Amino acid sequence: MPVRRTDKTPMPVQGAQARAHNFLEVNDGYSIAHAAFEAERCLRCQHPVCVDGCPVHIPIRDFIHEVAAGHMAGAARILRSANPLPAICGRVCPQESQCEAECSMGGRFDPVAIGHLERYVADWERTQPLAIESAITETQKIAIIGAGPSGLVCAGELARLGYPVTIYEALHAPGGVLRYGIPEFRLPKAILDWEIDILKAKGVEIVCNVIIGKTLTLDDLTGKLGYAAVFIGTGAGLPQFLGIPGENLNGVYSANEFLTRINLMRAYDFPNTDTPVRVGKRVAVIGAGNTAMDAVRTALRMGADEAMIVYRRSDEEMSARVEEYHHAIEEGVTFHWLTSPLEVIDDGGGWAAGLRCQRMQLGEPDASGRRRPVPIPDSEFVLPVDNVVLAIGTTPNPLLTRTTSGLATTAKGCLLADDATGLTSKTMVFAGGDAVTGAATVILAAGAGKRAAHAIDAALRANGRDYSTTEASF
Amino acid sequence: MTRILDARQLTPVTKLFRLEAPLIAASARPGQFVMLRVREGGERIPITIADYDRAAGTITIVVQEAGATTRRVCALESGDSLLDVAGPLGSEIDLPPVGHICGVGGGFGSAALLCFMRERSALGDKTTTILGARTRELIILADELARVSGAVEICTDDGSAGFRGLVTGRLARLIAGEGSGRPDAVVAIGPMAMMRAVAETTRPHGIRTLVSMDPLMVDGTGMCGGCRVTVGGQARFACVDGPCFDAHEVDFDTAMRRSKAYVREEKIASDRAGCASGRSGGHASQAH
Ligand SMILES: Cc1cc2nc3c(=O)[nH]c(=O)nc-3n(C[C@H](O)[C@H](O)[C@H](O)COP(=O)(O)OP(=O)(O)OC[C@H]3O[C@@H](n4cnc5c(N)ncnc54)[C@H](O)[C@@H]3O)c2cc1C
Ligand code: SF4
Ligand code: FES
Repeated sequence: MPVRRTDKTPMPVQGAQARAHNFLEVNDGYSIAHAAFEAERCLRCQHPVCVDGCPVHIPIRDFIHEVAAGHMAGAARILRSANPLPAICGRVCPQESQCEAECSMGGRFDPVAIGHLERYVADWERTQPLAIESAITETQKIAIIGAGPSGLVCAGELARLGYPVTIYEALHAPGGVLRYGIPEFRLPKAILDWEIDILKAKGVEIVCNVIIGKTLTLDDLTGKLGYAAVFIGTGAGLPQFLGIPGENLNGVYSANEFLTRINLMRAYDFPNTDTPVRVGKRVAVIGAGNTAMDAVRTALRMGADEAMIVYRRSDEEMSARVEEYHHAIEEGVTFHWLTSPLEVIDDGGGWAAGLRCQRMQLGEPDASGRRRPVPIPDSEFVLPVDNVVLAIGTTPNPLLTRTTSGLATTAKGCLLADDATGLTSKTMVFAGGDAVTGAATVILAAGAGKRAAHAIDAALRANGRDYSTTEASF
Repeated sequence: MTRILDARQLTPVTKLFRLEAPLIAASARPGQFVMLRVREGGERIPITIADYDRAAGTITIVVQEAGATTRRVCALESGDSLLDVAGPLGSEIDLPPVGHICGVGGGFGSAALLCFMRERSALGDKTTTILGARTRELIILADELARVSGAVEICTDDGSAGFRGLVTGRLARLIAGEGSGRPDAVVAIGPMAMMRAVAETTRPHGIRTLVSMDPLMVDGTGMCGGCRVTVGGQARFACVDGPCFDAHEVDFDTAMRRSKAYVREEKIASDRAGCASGRSGGHASQAH
């Protein structure tokens, strides 16, 4: 019989004092005892509603059952059948608004710690010897643009189905946001590297430093290079700015610049590495999503005495994962809710010295259904800061769409693609992830990559040019 | 890895490299640049494509020692490789045929005029190239530029070659009708101070002028916004919308200030890269 315990088995963590000054992972992960203990909490529901909350419908009950029974290999197999990036998603998915939000234990008690268990199983899997071989059986080759989670997953699925796949990545290293955006203390690069090694073992070729739309065009891929299909997973990497005075002062960064300098370019190790970043004593990060939370906690780790979130709405409207918010509080991040930035103030020498702000209050709901922040008259004040980091959102990068004819986009620059297949307005060109949805989540990008892989397979088969016996397995 | 096919010292601090880069050579256009990296942990720096040979599958870049990375690049010889070269990035210089076009190159910026002047000549424009440097030995590629432009005029601060004085002095004389005469458009590539001076020289005459901006860059693909330049009051990303912009609209004050944001760190890195003197201490990056 399942054991009823009301509380989640807590995740062992690195102490807040210490971790606020290092880049080691915050969560240590469950031990086998923790995992077994937590797995026992699952009610093994007849209708596991948790699965309804999961964007890729992991058979959650079944994998947790395997954990409880001590069958880690079985658990790992079930997990991977539905989610190709379990070690990553176990760490970065917003479980509180997905599977765990639906869990029947929730409401009265804590929901089962599905994310922690997913992470446990995936980490166990990483300790096992890899027995993956390339099994390329098809002749029609497929090109993938962008090595973020959507592209990586699409490539992995297609390779599993036997197709020769090449990923073209603009930067010098694959991973997309997982490489340049999400910091080491939340997602160690070793995990990403491990996933990429698996892809390579499956026979996926990754070509870095190629910008489709510049080095090659999309039409080159389907034309002279002879790819039978293309998947676009170029993400939403173009940072937005506020357009307030002083935004171009030195010491003001987009979160992408700040995090890229530190994660991709490893500025934390300057001058052993060559890319610097200036982080002063007081850093204000504008926004309250995952990117903002990552930036503000990174600022602490880079030596800021005071790292602050400035957000024009309240904590209710914050979109960051709740675990990151709690970790940020523990680490000493300060929060200025209902505060809207008006101007970055010059120190007289061209560097940021302060942020002039205005207090807000919540008014009527706006188009997004959230209550609209409205300024409180005569509430302006200045926060003294050395750096301002803007984490107010990103939109799809126009490099590809500007140079490709016939690729339909929305007014915001997102690619138009069919929900079920990812098919774009161009024949045999598919797309998924942030490039289609705008900035969203890793699991949605991964799910879109997987769906597109199967749609590509189906389309190639329907074209009837290359019939083989490989079964699509959804 | 990108192989260096030729390396040629142009001045004591400037070196020309021909790289095996068939994909970049096939699509490069005048005004575009590559991002390069020389070692693990190295920074990504923009370098303008000086020339390309589609048939041979090669591109030419000219690198001046200014920071850690450029120093490391300049230590390489033919047969060596660059770790990463990505491009062509940025937008090509966008100018219809104008009649008489004048390219102004300052220091190693002159290199970027090579493919541009050749193309303008081929388009049927009358072409004049003005090259400027402190002294004779710092003038680069004068012969090569002479082959692709109608006239080449050299200016040195010390008068050791060509006209004594700044490129803007010579440009003003052309505008006044001397030499090859008043240009219909000017493209200036070189140090920021020079480009700004060129902008001020042509502004009163209403001569269309483009400058190739050289802000600090991280990715070079539009992802960080670190390269933003204020043009006509709007923030534009130099790596996507530029690097060439209307000289009369560029906010040079902001651009100069932003380009100096990391002077201190660049000196540290540059010293580490093996130069005790830490020359210039200027940009670690150089898009031309
Ligand atoms: C700081 C930060 C923290 C985040 N935290 C979370 C989190 O905790 N949980 C969560 O679920 N989500 C999080 N997200 C969102 C999540 O990372 C993204 O939704 C996800 O990475 C999108 O995946 P993607 O494959 O669509 O694109 P990306 O990850 O953006 O990858 C796109 C890739 O394509 C490359 N590319 C772009 N254009 C071209 C081109 N023309 N040619 C070749 N290559 C190209 C890019 O260089 C990049 O590598 C976070 C995002 C950020 C920025
Ligand atoms: S809803 Fe919760 S309790 Fe029910 S099967 Fe899923 S994880 Fe277990
Ligand atoms: S260099 Fe990053 S956006 Fe231009």
